[in-house]
Order: sequence, then structure tokens, then C-alpha cells
Amino acid sequence: MVITMPAAFTIERHGDPVEFKPKVVARHLSFYYGAVQALFDINLTIPENQVTALIGPSGCGKSTFLRTLNRMNDTIDGTRLEGKITIDNQDIYKNGTDVVTLRKRVGMVFQKSNPFPKSIFENIAYGPKIHGIRNKAVLEELVEQSLKRAGLWEEVKDRLHLNALDLSGGQQQRLCIARALAVDPEILLMDEPASALDPRATARIEDLISELRSDYTIVIVTHNMQQAARVSQYTAFFMEGRLVEFDDTEKLFTKPKEKQTEDYVTGRFG
Amino acid sequence: MSFRHLQDRSVKYFLLAGASVSIVVVVLIFAFLIREALPYMKSPGLGSFFSERWAPTSPLKAGYGLLPLVAGSAMVTILATLIAIPFGVCGAVYIAEIAGKRERELLKPFIEMIAAIPSVVLGFFGLVVLAPIVKSAFGLPTGLTGLTGAVLLAFMAVPTIMSISEDAIRNVPRSYLDASLALGANRVQTIFKIVVPAAMSGIIASIMLGMGRVVGETMAVIMVTGNAAQFRFTPLVQIRTMTATIAAEMGEVTNGSTHYQALFWVGIVLLFVTFCINLVALRVLRTYRRA
Amino acid sequence: MSSLSERSALLALRLITYLVVCTVGFIVFDIVIKGIGVVNWSFLTTNPQGAAGGIFPAIVGTLYLVFGAIVVALPLGMASAIYLTEYAKQGRLTNTIRLAIVTLAGVPSIVFGLFGLGLFVLFFGFGTSILSGSLTLACMVLPTIIVSSEEALRAVPLALRDASLALGATKWETIRKSVLPYAIPGMMTGSILGIGRAAGETAPILLTVAAFSLPQLPRSVYDQVMALPYHLYVLATQFPNQDEARPTAYGTALVLLLLVLGLNTGAIVLRSHFRRRNKW
Repeated sequence: MVITMPAAFTIERHGDPVEFKPKVVARHLSFYYGAVQALFDINLTIPENQVTALIGPSGCGKSTFLRTLNRMNDTIDGTRLEGKITIDNQDIYKNGTDVVTLRKRVGMVFQKSNPFPKSIFENIAYGPKIHGIRNKAVLEELVEQSLKRAGLWEEVKDRLHLNALDLSGGQQQRLCIARALAVDPEILLMDEPASALDPRATARIEDLISELRSDYTIVIVTHNMQQAARVSQYTAFFMEGRLVEFDDTEKLFTKPKEKQTEDYVTGRFG
Repeated sequence: MSFRHLQDRSVKYFLLAGASVSIVVVVLIFAFLIREALPYMKSPGLGSFFSERWAPTSPLKAGYGLLPLVAGSAMVTILATLIAIPFGVCGAVYIAEIAGKRERELLKPFIEMIAAIPSVVLGFFGLVVLAPIVKSAFGLPTGLTGLTGAVLLAFMAVPTIMSISEDAIRNVPRSYLDASLALGANRVQTIFKIVVPAAMSGIIASIMLGMGRVVGETMAVIMVTGNAAQFRFTPLVQIRTMTATIAAEMGEVTNGSTHYQALFWVGIVLLFVTFCINLVALRVLRTYRRA
Repeated sequence: MSSLSERSALLALRLITYLVVCTVGFIVFDIVIKGIGVVNWSFLTTNPQGAAGGIFPAIVGTLYLVFGAIVVALPLGMASAIYLTEYAKQGRLTNTIRLAIVTLAGVPSIVFGLFGLGLFVLFFGFGTSILSGSLTLACMVLPTIIVSSEEALRAVPLALRDASLALGATKWETIRKSVLPYAIPGMMTGSILGIGRAAGETAPILLTVAAFSLPQLPRSVYDQVMALPYHLYVLATQFPNQDEARPTAYGTALVLLLLVLGLNTGAIVLRSHFRRRNKW
């Protein structure tokens, strides 16, 4: 099977064609948990420095797809992948690919905030330390920078040695974002990052996502359609393991091409 | 390959090596028991085990009949299990369904503590306190009997039965209880008609695991059962179990002698019996956990 | 459906449960009351004289044996537990390892004694010695340590592993830095329970190490030692003059009981302390 990857692609945005550099490209991607097929022949191109939302009813494969992008699915026994995923034209499933380097490039924020039961400082410094940074001054600088970017610095700068588990839920999730940023990724995967938070904390996370867009390619899974509409420029709609539609977010929500998409976004289903 | 990756890969094999030690030990246990016991098969041959006379040191004609030892172990085990079941199961029901939260949190470690008492201490207690009681209660010439051993062993089996049964009872879905109570059944009826039957496979597994522990117990029985190898099925006489036989006689045999080999055979029989009991118990336990 | 019958049934269940509790209490009470008069400083620090005298060599011997067993069994048990929880995939090898552990846990202690005699004492030629005894005890406590260590590892949330892996840590870095630190207390607790079991066992050391009476302390791992459980057995059963031996036996039983229950209580307290601390 010859799989070609586009060098650039165009999507209509507000009625005008806009050209983007593709960051992540999936071609003929199928994924299996043992004998159960979870993804069917997905073809999706994710543009650089934009927020792409993955939506769909639960069990539709959106989280599974997200986790193929940093190969977190590798940690589950008995999974199998067919097809190809490239990031900057490098096949990330090629034999000999260093998963560790890949995950450094592709950061991830999980549905439920999962800070280590260590201090705030140690949480942020964990990644850099693992990647060989030992210098205390450099680490301190990195911690400050990451916390600032995640909009948490002002709230915690005086108590960096507080146990991260003592922070509020929203703060914990921003800490996890800061922690992911500290290893300097290019892509940020977010798996329903606000689903466990109250509306105020959710709003902060959403603002943060918009701010981070200029520096990172962001892929966010959400079950909340309003959220997808607020934070993303592009949206992919999944159903039963298939990619039904991918388009400019505004267009997908207002003028969907597919009947299934329309039913879903108008709330007739799911 | 970088150091990090090299380390990551080699650690796995290092840990696997550690994990394989268990397999190695099990294989060695079987291998060495058989190795030491094997020459016996040629002479005097396995047929000699099927006799009612265990008298390996008899100067006239040594007897290697395992029947009295097997009978002794079987009798003590069955009796101990029968005594332990009501205590273990009722205790489990009480702790799981009736005791309050704080009471349960006090009772559970207390029961766990029984399992921690060294068997030699229990044996000592049985010898100095329990045996005289048995002696005067039944008007016997000696308190060192199968029954004394069985009572002591029952006590050792209770914590096993109680904690695993309690687990099984607490795993019965609350909806069963609610359904029964809603029909107007009272708590005791609900417990014995609905909860206990629903937890039955777990309870049976717990009883079997308790039995496995009892069969293999050595010190408590050697100290209180009198250790006379008799082929009689009554609990009020001295009896001798397989475990006690090994412990008592191994110190005095010549390595490699027929008697020595016979004792290893006793060990093999013992290992086989406990292995089977535990295997069946775990299978039962697994099916109930899946359900 | 009288509530009288219900109440009497509940009462019966309570009585049966508390009968067991009282029996334990009675046993402990009996040994404490009759042993406490014997246990004093000189009892703990002097050598035995026939059926009388102190139990110093037996205490030292038990400590040596337990220490030896732990040095061998702890690393092996922890390695096994880490392998099984973090690396093992479903398959024949894993099933075989699990079967082996379950089998090992069910092997009667006297059979461990036979095995130790055949392998360590005779085949390896270690003789009846601390080395043989410790290795035999190590094999015996291995399953306890593995099972409780596994439990401790599984109690660490998967989310922490995911977080670490997603930051680009290797599997081993993840285990070492964000799993083990939180599992170690639990692993230690389990190991202490294992130690308690090893300290109280008699049957395995009967055939591999224990000396009836040995006034001097061991000088190397190839020496025999006395041990508390075996000493108690000897005192209780091998002396015709029980008037003399009985108090010493009670004293020994008390020391052994305190040692084992102390270890167990310590482990349980430790466990609840760490359970409360880890609030995820």
C-alpha cells in the first residue's frame, strides 16, 4: 500500500481557502484492541499551530485516536495498528522509532488531572530531569516559565513546595498542562481536559488553550460541543470508529455535509 | 542505543530472572523430594506403603505402611475443618453483615492476629492447657489425642475461613439484599437465604484453603496428638499425622537409608495432597471472582 | 416472623464471633501471665542451663535466620512483584510464574524443611547451618512478599504511570520515579508480615539449622544456631522434668509471641498510616 502524505493542504475558512502546513497526518489508520477493531481506516490531516477538536459520542474512538498520536496505546496489551501516522513527515510507527523522544515531542494532558504526589516544583521538573537537565538554576527557570505559560504562576509562586495534591481541581489540571509544557513539546494532546472541572475552571482552561495555540499544535478530545466550538479552529467528528467528517469548526457546526454529523451537532443523537 | 534505552531493556530481563526464581524453587522442591525418595521404589517398593503398620525402626521387621499416617492426617483434618466451619462462617457473616464499621475494624485485625501466632506457641498452649482439659472431660489416660489436635488446628483454620468468606459475603451485590428486605424478609432470613448462598463458592474455597493449611500443619499436631501410629478411626486416641512423622523421625535417621527415603515419600504424598486442595480451592475462588 | 427469633439469631452469631476473639485473648493472656514472671534482663541475655537459664542464643539465632531470609527473599520478591505488575503480559510464562507462586504458598512448612535438607544441607553441602536455614525460610516467605508487594504496586494509580510515560520517561524511569516511591511502604508492610511468619516457623528449621542446645554463638553462616520456636518445642516436649522446664518454656513462648505480634502490629499500623496518607 503506497501512502502519500500531502506537503500542504487547504481548507476553507470563513469562505476563503486557507493553506496550512500539515503537522500530523494519519492515513488508512485502523486500530485493534485484541480482536475488537476500534478505528476503521482513518484519514485525517491535522494543521500546525491550530486547535483541532475531536468530537463524537462516547466509544466512538476519538480518545483511542488521540492516544495513537503519542503511542500511549502501546502500553496496553494486545493492541495492533495498521496504516500510517506521520508527524512532520516522519512515520512514528516505523521500526526503531524512539517512543521516548516521540512522547517528548507530543505532550499529553489527561481527562482526570494526574499530578504526582510530589511538590508543585517536582511535578514540573520531573520531565526535564528525566531528559537530563540537572542544573538547579535551569530547572527553576523552566518551572517558572512553564507555570507562567499555564497561567498558574501567580497562584502558586509562593508555595512551589506545596504538595500538588493540595491544589484545587482546576489548578491541578493547569499544573498538568504546565508539566507537559516543561519538556517543550510541539504538539499537545488533550483528552477531555475540562470534563471533571467546574465552569469557572473550565473557562480558564479554555482561555489557556487559545493562548497556547500560537506555539503548539493542539488536538483536543471533548464531549462538549460548545467547548469544541469555542476553542477549536477545526473539528473532526467520529462515530463508531470512523471519521465521519472533518472541517472548519464553524462550518461543521453550522453546515455539516453529512447527515450523521448534523444529527449529532443538533443534538438529535448522543 | 542510548544508555537510557539499554537500561530500560535490561531491567526487564533482570526482573524476569527474579520472578522466575519461584518457578525454579517449585521445580527444585519436586525434583529434590523425588530424588531423595526414588531409590525406595526398587526396594522395598511402593507396595510396602499399603500396609497398616508404620514401624520403620522395628529391629525385627521394619514396617513402612503409610495407611495409619494418612488416616491420622485425614481424621485430624476433617475433624478440625468440621469444628472450624461454624466458627469461621458465622464469624464471617457477623463481621460482614452485622458488625458496625468500627467494630469490624477492630475485629478484623484481631482475627488476622490469630494467623500470626506461631504454631509452636499454639502447640505449647495445647499441650499445657487444652490437653488436660480433654483428658478430664473424657476421662482419658492421656489428653494427647486426635481430638486435641483437631481443636487446635480448627483454631488455626478459623482466620483463613473467616477472612476469605467475609470477602465473598461482602462481594454479594447489595441489590440482592435490598430485594429480599423489600419483600419483608428480616435480616437473618436475608443473610441465610440470600447472602450466604450467593457467596457459597467463596465460602467453599475458604474452607478448602483452611483445610490446606491444616493438612500441612506440623508443630501444633506433633505436640498434642501423642504421635502413636495407630490405624484406628476414633478421635479419642493418640494418632500420628504425616507431618509429625517427618518432623519427629527425620532427625534420627541415617541419610539415604530406607527409612529416610520413606520419610521423603511421606513428604511427596503431603505435597501432592496440599497441592490438589489448593489448586481446586483457587479454581473455585477464580470462578466466583469472575461471576 | 417474630423479631425474637431474629434477635436471638443475631445474638448467637455475635456470641460465636466473640468466642473466637475470647479464645485468642485467653491464649495470649495465659502466656503473658505465666511468662511475664520469667522474662527479665538476665533471661534475655544469658545462656540456657539445661531446662533452666536464659534464651540469649535462641534470640540471636532467630534474628540471624530472619535477617538472612529477608536479605535473600526481599530483593527477589520485589523484583517478581515489579515484573508481574508492570511488565508481564498475559501468556504462558506469566501463568506459570503465578502458578508457581500459588503452589509455593501452599507447600507445607515441613516439606520446605525436607526440601532444604535435600538441596541446601546435603546437595550443596552447606550442612545444618544458618545458611541452609535462611535459604529455606527465604523460599517459604517469598510468596508472602510477592503477593503483598504486588498489591502495593497495584494500589498506585495507573494515571501516574501514564503521566510519566507521556512526558517521555522510559518504562523503568517511570517505575523507579513515579511508582516505587509510593509502593515501597506497602511493600515493606508485606515483608514485615513475611518476617513475622519466618520468625515463628519451626518445621523448616528443624531439619536445616536448629540446634538443640548450643551455648556459644555462631561464628559463621556455616554454623548451627538455636532458635526461639525450636527452643520452645524442645523445652515443652523433650525434658522429663517439666516442673523446671515449664516456666522457661512460658518465658520463651512469651518472647516469641511478643516478637511476632509486635512485627504484625507494626505492619498493620504502618499500613493504615500509609493508606491514610495516600489520598488519591
